[in-house]
Amino acid sequence: MSAVLERLDAIDTRLGCEVCEAGGQAAGVPLAQQARLRVEGVSLEYRGERGPIRATHRVGFDVMPSERFVLLGASGCGKSSLLKAVGGFIAPAEGRILVDGRPIDGPGPDRIAVFQEFDQLPPWKTVLENVAFPLIASGSSPRKVALEQAGDWLARVGLADFTSAYPHQLSGGMKQRVAIARALAMKPRVLLMDEPFAALDALTRRRMQDELLALWEQERFTLLFVTHSIEEALIVGHRVLVLSPHPGRVRAELNAQGLTPAQRAAQANRIERLLFGDPAAVDAISEPVAAERAAALT
Amino acid sequence: MTVTALPTSRLLDPAARAEREFALTDAPPVEATPVPLWRRALDSSAWRQAALLALLAALWEIAARAAGNDLLLPTFTAAASALWEGLASGELLQRAFISLRLLLQGYALGVTLALGLTALATSSRWGRDLLSSLTAMFNPLPAIALLPLALLWFGLGSGSLIFVLVHAVLWPLALAASAGFAAVPETLRMAGRNYGLRGPRYVAQILLPAALPAILSGLRVGWAFAWRTLIAAELFFGASSGQGGLGWYIFQNRNELMTDRVFAGLALVILIGWLVERLVFSTIERVTVRRWGMQR
Repeated sequence: MSAVLERLDAIDTRLGCEVCEAGGQAAGVPLAQQARLRVEGVSLEYRGERGPIRATHRVGFDVMPSERFVLLGASGCGKSSLLKAVGGFIAPAEGRILVDGRPIDGPGPDRIAVFQEFDQLPPWKTVLENVAFPLIASGSSPRKVALEQAGDWLARVGLADFTSAYPHQLSGGMKQRVAIARALAMKPRVLLMDEPFAALDALTRRRMQDELLALWEQERFTLLFVTHSIEEALIVGHRVLVLSPHPGRVRAELNAQGLTPAQRAAQANRIERLLFGDPAAVDAISEPVAAERAAALT
Repeated sequence: MTVTALPTSRLLDPAARAEREFALTDAPPVEATPVPLWRRALDSSAWRQAALLALLAALWEIAARAAGNDLLLPTFTAAASALWEGLASGELLQRAFISLRLLLQGYALGVTLALGLTALATSSRWGRDLLSSLTAMFNPLPAIALLPLALLWFGLGSGSLIFVLVHAVLWPLALAASAGFAAVPETLRMAGRNYGLRGPRYVAQILLPAALPAILSGLRVGWAFAWRTLIAAELFFGASSGQGGLGWYIFQNRNELMTDRVFAGLALVILIGWLVERLVFSTIERVTVRRWGMQR
């Protein structure tokens, strides 16, 4: 494991140098303080029956390295579309998306996605082959090494006994564990998760959230997580971007890190107010947020 | 006697009961009782099918004996013995071999063309429109209806037969395969593109296996169409140089009024179709799509 981490570090430094040489905006800024993922004024449009339909309107946010960043909103706020745009599956109508300071160009293995749907796992591959598949397909590891790494990762998500099973033989929670192991094995620059636990029962969801946080403690991956659950957003996220629907616009960007249960409840109430009403109260709240953002930017 | 003045809602509430909490103990493992052989035999559908076939054979025998006309309807036993004699003398096997060789040639060519057409249809909108208009025109057209034209173009011989065979296989398979490609889940497509798969590798590693259930059912339908088309076409003429296949065998024996042999030929046509279905397609399905849980 430590060998893998060392190699990752090596990759980090190399990438940092490339950015510096390219004379990107990050020149002189240490990599740890530079946004891993930057979304700048992104508008997304769908082709509807009567002309284009705007899914999001000029959404912008930064995700720092090792940050768990949550997009929260009701259906219709374009949060999944935003995640797909970051994944490179949808081209923005306006604005741009940067990973490590460089604009993205279509889907790529530096941004691995975990989806909600269970059919993201090819049913014709065993669990082990499923986890090794992106490693082999993207050419990042030779087959033998990929299978070994896949085995390690399956052990870490508690599926060591199921390596030779096929996806249809697994429960929903186990399938999502395979998808998470598959994504993490790729060591993506940003891990994208699109309501990964929404199709699970409430008890399994609780456990999966804890397991995801435990994996983060070990790996410190950068996470962009989409959810419609306020509770889940506050459990999973360091930082929560609250989106309003039709079209999706940024309503607020809040901290969810290191909250006491009381603070968490207060934060949940605040998000509810942001999403559902009382505009006067909202203005009072958004000022400290604006100050905080300004402080973060300087 | 006085009733305590509880509010009515409290009176209607269920009585509070003590809470319980247990330390978990291991449950004894479930003992596996082996299913007896006769039970498993009774559960399998094979014996029911066999019994039904035997019943049909018996009905045939009774009807034939009642009719008493060997020329129109020979008895089941007569047909069975004609089949046995044909197989033992090697004549029927040779005829079947001729038919099957021709069939495989036409089938292989048809499958290749169908997959090419499907690739065209999946990669461009022009290709998709081409496929949909071609299948709409030619899929309902019986392959055998093209035989007179084929005879004009390719002459009397295997060329004409292969032409109609290709026609029989191409359209149903192309239709099924392109429907299969269209039905590949969006999430799976995105997962494949996420790993940097493009072009032919994307097709081979994501689309093709994901569409396999539909492709297999297209191959199956194509096989049945090809087999019946071939036998029908052979009724017109022998395959080549006087060496006819099974269809020709049936036609010849009808001309010679050897009706039991006609039945023997028909039985072999059915038998071969059934064997291919059971041995080839069912096996492929069992080790692929059924094993992967893509089909029940």
